[in-house]
Amino acid sequence: MILKAFEKGADGVMVVGCLEGDCHYLSGNLRARARVGRVAAVLDTIGMGGERVAMYNLSAGEGTKFALFATEMVDKIRALGPSPVNVVRRSRKKEISHDHG
Amino acid sequence: MIMGEQKPLEVILGMLTPYDKIVLAGCHGCVTVCRAGGAKEVEILASSLRLARESEGRPLEIKEVTLERQCDPEYLEAMRPYLEDYQAILSIACGAGIQFVAEKYPSTIVLPGLDTTFIGVTEKQGLWAERCQACGNCVLHLTGGICPVARCSKSLFNGPCGGTTTDGRCEVNKEIPCGWMMIIDRLRSLNQLENYRKNLPMKSWKTSRDGGPRRIVREDLME
Repeated sequence: MILKAFEKGADGVMVVGCLEGDCHYLSGNLRARARVGRVAAVLDTIGMGGERVAMYNLSAGEGTKFALFATEMVDKIRALGPSPVNVVRRSRKKEISHDHG
Repeated sequence: MIMGEQKPLEVILGMLTPYDKIVLAGCHGCVTVCRAGGAKEVEILASSLRLARESEGRPLEIKEVTLERQCDPEYLEAMRPYLEDYQAILSIACGAGIQFVAEKYPSTIVLPGLDTTFIGVTEKQGLWAERCQACGNCVLHLTGGICPVARCSKSLFNGPCGGTTTDGRCEVNKEIPCGWMMIIDRLRSLNQLENYRKNLPMKSWKTSRDGGPRRIVREDLME
């Protein structure tokens, strides 16, 4: 699902789970963290950059912290710029619009 | 079950260099259970390959499919209707499945996305281990249900070697428990230690790979 988001044009993906030790699905958030790590490794291998995906843990009552994390993630991705896939897609679009005049 | 591990992505991408349109075929059999080649892995691998190729400016079109089993001819038929539109099949079944696809579709290029590793069990989620080497002439009834061929690193047939540590580990790797130590412990707990005193006859490897590719013929089941 995370990789699908990148295919659909995301430059970065943040995964947010409940606090460690406090998950309704017991170890679901720990497994999610491990899988995010695996996706990061895939992104590194294919040159997209593993830092474009990150896992955060929050409780449902931590709205302010969520906003902080989201801002942090957005800043990080802005600094990284568009993903290599999006760079290719944008240059293609430009070529097409040039061709059409 | 037959265990497999996905080949490194860079190796798969290397194999796919000449192609722009492929079928990525998973299998609902053993490789689904060992999380290497099922429907989920097809999805993940397809996304990874598409992203990698699109970032290189050479998009790859992938038809994703997961067959019931790739080692049975009737299920392989499911791919026939669209094979003409694709240049190659990347199969993430075990080696048997991959070869059967190649055999069934002789004019299609078939590529392996998995390395087949061993016949084993799920010890726990995410941990699989070897249990059988498919050598034939099973002696598990004499060895407490623990195989000396698969569980002893040296496949010894009549007791441990001198490399067993005092805590029952194997000299090949301290992570490996001594197969014979396990056999003796189990025989003792089953009150069957007399089995250990029996000398197992020299194993005939004719039933293993030494007689060439093996076959089972059941005429009662043939049409």
